[in-house]
Amino acid sequence: MGNYNDKVVRQFAVMTVVWGVVGMLVGVLIAAQLYFPALNFNVPWLTFGRLRPLHTNAVIFAFGGCALFATSLYTVQRTCHVRLLSDKLAAFVFWGWQLIIVAAAISLPLGYTQGKEYAELEWPIDIAIAIVWVAYAVLFFGTIAKRKVKHIYVANWFYGAYIITIALLHIVNNLSIPSGWMTSYSIYSGSVDAMVQWWYGHNAVGFFLTTAFLGMMYYFVPKQAGRPIYSYRLSIVHFWALIAIYMWAGPHHLMYTALPDWAQSLGMVFSLILLAPSWGGAINGILTLSGVWYKLRTDPILKFLIVSLSFYMMSTFEGPMMSIKTVNSLSHYTDWTIGHVHSGALGWVAMISIGSIYAMLPRLLGQQQMYSIKLIDTHFWMHTIGVVVYIASMWIAGVMQGLMWRATDPDNGTLVYSFVESLNATKPYYLFRLGGGLIVLSGMLVMAWNVFKTFQQARGAVMAQPVLPPDAADARA
Amino acid sequence: MMTSGWTWYVVILVALNIAGCLWLLMTNVKRRPGDPAPEDTSHVWDGDITEYNKPLPRWWINLFYITIVFAIGYLFWYGVGRLHGYGHWSSKSEWALDKAAEDARLEETLKLYAGKPIDVLAKDPGAVAIGRTIFADNCAACHGSTGLGAKGFPNLTDKAWYWGGSPDRVLETILKGRNAVMPAWGTVLTAQGGPLAVDDVVAYVQSLSKPGQPEDAAAQRGKAMFGTLCVACHGPDGKGNQMLGARDLTTAHWLYGGSKEALHKTIAEGRNGVMPAWEPRLGETRVRLVGAYVWTLSKHDDAAPQEAAP
Repeated sequence: MGNYNDKVVRQFAVMTVVWGVVGMLVGVLIAAQLYFPALNFNVPWLTFGRLRPLHTNAVIFAFGGCALFATSLYTVQRTCHVRLLSDKLAAFVFWGWQLIIVAAAISLPLGYTQGKEYAELEWPIDIAIAIVWVAYAVLFFGTIAKRKVKHIYVANWFYGAYIITIALLHIVNNLSIPSGWMTSYSIYSGSVDAMVQWWYGHNAVGFFLTTAFLGMMYYFVPKQAGRPIYSYRLSIVHFWALIAIYMWAGPHHLMYTALPDWAQSLGMVFSLILLAPSWGGAINGILTLSGVWYKLRTDPILKFLIVSLSFYMMSTFEGPMMSIKTVNSLSHYTDWTIGHVHSGALGWVAMISIGSIYAMLPRLLGQQQMYSIKLIDTHFWMHTIGVVVYIASMWIAGVMQGLMWRATDPDNGTLVYSFVESLNATKPYYLFRLGGGLIVLSGMLVMAWNVFKTFQQARGAVMAQPVLPPDAADARA
Repeated sequence: MMTSGWTWYVVILVALNIAGCLWLLMTNVKRRPGDPAPEDTSHVWDGDITEYNKPLPRWWINLFYITIVFAIGYLFWYGVGRLHGYGHWSSKSEWALDKAAEDARLEETLKLYAGKPIDVLAKDPGAVAIGRTIFADNCAACHGSTGLGAKGFPNLTDKAWYWGGSPDRVLETILKGRNAVMPAWGTVLTAQGGPLAVDDVVAYVQSLSKPGQPEDAAAQRGKAMFGTLCVACHGPDGKGNQMLGARDLTTAHWLYGGSKEALHKTIAEGRNGVMPAWEPRLGETRVRLVGAYVWTLSKHDDAAPQEAAP
C-alpha cells in the first residue's frame, strides 16, 4: 500500500512555526507603534497602516494557513488510509502558497492594497491564490475519493467544507476590474461592496478560522486523549447547523451603517442562532476527555488543546453578544473588537494549532515525543498568560472607549469627553497589550527552539511511514 | 428600492434555513431504530480513533431552540425586506427620536449663552468647559490640543492676531472662516530686481523685526521693492492689515517660519491659509462657546495689564 507523503506535511509544519514568529513579531511592532509612534522611524514601509494588513495576513493565511495545510494533509492520509493523490500537486501547493505569502509580505508594505480587510492583496496575487487553492482542493478531495475506508471521518467533513467555502468567498469578494499590474477596482460599489466584503470577512472567520480548526480538533483531541469522540450525532447536527448559519452572520459587522435595517436584523439573529452550533464542536471536544481528565496534569499538549476549546467557547459566546444591536452600539469601533478577535485568534486558533503541531511533529520525524516536554509546558503557560493579559487590557480599553464616547453631561446635555481624551485614557492599556503580545511572541520562540532541537535529534532517523491498513470491518474495496 | 420579489426571496431563504435547523434538531434529539447505540464505537480510523454516539446534551438543545424562537420573534417585530415589522422600528426613526431629545436638551443649555460676547462668556466656567470639549474635538486637529498651533496654523495662546483680536473679530473668524492669500511674488520680483531680488526682500523683511540694527545693502534694495509691491497689504511700515489678514512683519511671530529659506519660499511661492467656517457645523452659540475657550487661552492687554509691562 506504500507510504504516507509526510514530506509536504513536515514542510508546512515548519513554516507554520516560522510564519507564526514573523506574523506575531509584526503584531508586536505595530502594538508598540500605538504606544511609541516614533517606532515607524518615518519610513513609509514601516507605518501602521501598511504593517497592520501584513500582520493580519501573516497570522491568518501564513501561520494559520500553513497549520491547516499541514494538519489537513496529515489527517486526510491517516483517516483515509491512503497516500496523497499526487506528490507533485502537493509540492505545487506548498511552494505556491509560500510564494503567495512572500508576495504579500512585499506588496503590502509597498502600499499595494485593494482596501478590503483580510482581502488586501491585489488581483495578480488573488489569481495565484485561486489557482493554488483549486490544486489543494483536487489534492484533498482526490485523496478522499481513493480512500480505503467506507466512512469519511468527521475531521474531513470540516476540512472539506472549509476548502470549498474559502474558494467561493475568495473568488466572489475579489472580483474586480484591473487598471494596472497592481491596481484594480471592485466590481461592487457602495453598501453592496460593504456587504460582500463582510460576507467574505465574517465567513473567513467562520470557515477559515473556525470550521477548519474544528477539523484539526476532531483529529488531534481524540488522538491525544486516547478516547472516542463523545458523540457522532452531535457532530452531524453542529456541522450542518454551523455551515448553514455562518453564511448569514456577516452584516453584524455593519450595524448602524447604510446597510438596510432588515439586513442588519438578519445578521444579528443568525449570529445568535449560531451560538449553539458553535458550542457543539467545543462540547464534543471537551466531553471527549470524560474519564481521562487526569491526563491534563502530565500532558501539556492536551492542555493546549483543551484550553483552546475554552477560548473558543468564550469567543463564540462573546461574538453573538456583540452582534446584538444594543451591545454593538457600544462595542463597535472600539478596542473591544480587537480583544474579541485575539481571544479567537490567539486563544483558539493559535493554541489548537500549536498543540496539534506538538502532537504531530514527533510522529513525522520518527520520534517518541518532542525534544522537551517541559518546554511545551513553559510555552503553554507563557501563551496562556500572554493571551489573558492581551484580551483583558483590550476589553477594559474597549468598554471604556465606548462609554467615554457616548458620555453626556447630565447637567447640560453636552459631550463630556473629546475623542483625544479617550485616546489618552487608552494609552496605558496599549502598554499592557504590548506586554501580553511580547509574552506570546516569546512563547513562539520557545516553540521554534523546541522544534529545531527535535529536528536535530531526529537527524537520520526520519523514515517514510507505511500506510496503515484499515480495520477489516471498515475497509472499502 | 427593494422589490417585493426580492423580499420574498429573502424571506423564503430565511424560513428554509431556520426550518432546516429545526428539522435537524428534531430528527436527531432521539435515537432512531437502527442507529448505533450510545456506547457503540463500531468504526475505527487510523488505528485508534473511534466515536461514541451519545445523546445531545439537553441544555444544548434547549439553548438552540431558545435562540431560534427569539430569532423568529425578533424578525416579526423588526421586519424583513419591504415587510415592516409589528414594532414599526427603523434605525432612521430611532435616530430622529434620539436626536430630537438630545437637541431639546442641548437647546436648554445653549439658550443660556446665546448672543453673548465671547469675552463675557470667558468668565463663565460652565461655558468655558463646554467650549473646551468643542475645541478638542474640532479645532485641536490643526491648532493643537493646547492651542499652541503648528507651522501654518496660528498659535492661539499669544498676542498675535492676524485677523484682529477683538472679541467680535475672533468670533467672526470662527463663524465665517478666513482665506488668507499671500501671492507668489518670485517671478514679478525677479523681473523687477534681478535674480537676487527675493533674497533682498527677505533681508528687508527680516530687518523689520530687528529694529536698531543697521540695514545692509541687500535690505536697502529690498526696501525699495517692498515699497512698490508689498505695501499694498502689509503697509508702508510693515505693520500689516488685519482686515486682509496681512500679518504684522515687525514682530517675530512667524506662521511659516522666520528662517531665510522659509521666508524665501513664502515670498517666492506664496502661501494659502484656510480657516474653515464653523457656523454651518457647530451653530452660532457653540461657536461662541468655543470662542470663549479660545479667549481664555490667549493673552489680552485689557484682561491682564500686569503681563504687558515687560
